[in-house]
Amino acid sequence: MTLKVLFTPEKSGISISGALIYFTIPMPLQNLPITESQVNSVLVLITIFCLCLYFTHGITVKAELKRQQIAEWIVKQTQSLVKTNMSDYFSGFAPFVAAIMGLSAFSSLLSLIGLYPPTSDINIVGGWAILVFILITYYKMKCGPIHYVKSFGDPVPLLSPLNIISEVATPISMAFRHYGNVLSGAVISVLVATGLQGLSKLLLGWLPGFLGEIPFLQVGLPAILSVYFDLFSGCLQAFIFAMLTMLYVASGFPEEDYFARRAKKLAKLKK
Amino acid sequence: MELAIGIILGCCALGAGAAMIAGIGPGIGEGNAVASACEAIGRQPECKGSVTTTMLMGCAIAETTGLYALVIAILLIFVAPNMLVNILLNAVK
Repeated sequence: MTLKVLFTPEKSGISISGALIYFTIPMPLQNLPITESQVNSVLVLITIFCLCLYFTHGITVKAELKRQQIAEWIVKQTQSLVKTNMSDYFSGFAPFVAAIMGLSAFSSLLSLIGLYPPTSDINIVGGWAILVFILITYYKMKCGPIHYVKSFGDPVPLLSPLNIISEVATPISMAFRHYGNVLSGAVISVLVATGLQGLSKLLLGWLPGFLGEIPFLQVGLPAILSVYFDLFSGCLQAFIFAMLTMLYVASGFPEEDYFARRAKKLAKLKK
Repeated sequence: MELAIGIILGCCALGAGAAMIAGIGPGIGEGNAVASACEAIGRQPECKGSVTTTMLMGCAIAETTGLYALVIAILLIFVAPNMLVNILLNAVK
């Protein structure tokens, strides 16, 4: 977002706006708008797909290529992350975690090249949060629906409304956390860049010709803010989103009950 | 008419400002978290990595209430004025 503001001349005016709507497709229930964030997230998907193809092209057993070693490092890191945060039952969870982390990080980093980052649109992040919520509910349902319903009245049945609220609040807070962090960074950097533009206009505006239009104060501070808000905060939010996904899924899964149930079933089958 | 629209815009701005008072809470909370993390690293420098990871996670969760306030403030600034003025204009018609 900073880059977009820096290259907008002062005359055309800068406004903080949401994602642009390119066109709408008529649908039976409601028109489907195709927005900037949807297009950009498809762009991110294609980028990640091409990166995966590039990293894994021509891999060998000995790992001679540099790109293969990078790919192996990524896989090892995610597997160790999943192993430390989840139980052994979830050892196949690493690809999902890596996918969601890469998607989120690349979406946030898209603002570095001046495009609209899809993560500052709540619809995109809300979709991911709903996906995570479905996963959590799936792993909670592993012991059957009766066990799932019983888990709401956990200490005492009187507290079940509070449990239901905390269940619903999980995806909302995940979506708001990611979206709010990225959006607040974008708003702050746009405000600072615009303010510095106005200030330099005030100081140098009396000079004739193009000399008066050089926004010399915009050198420095917006770049430092961009390093923090776009680079550091984007990667940190991706890490936190993936971490919370792992923690919620792992804590929602009733492991002991599930294994006890499975052992019972196996014993029944043997008889 | 202008007075009513002015009151709507002014109250939206005031509400957005008042909502951001909630930023105090996460500020204090995160400060405490980071202070304790520094103390822990000072006591046991060998577990710096895990302490930093846990601290960042805790900061992210403590930030949530502040972000709720931020979302409400953004709604009040960018969405609510248009909506309320439209409702007013429709009611006058």
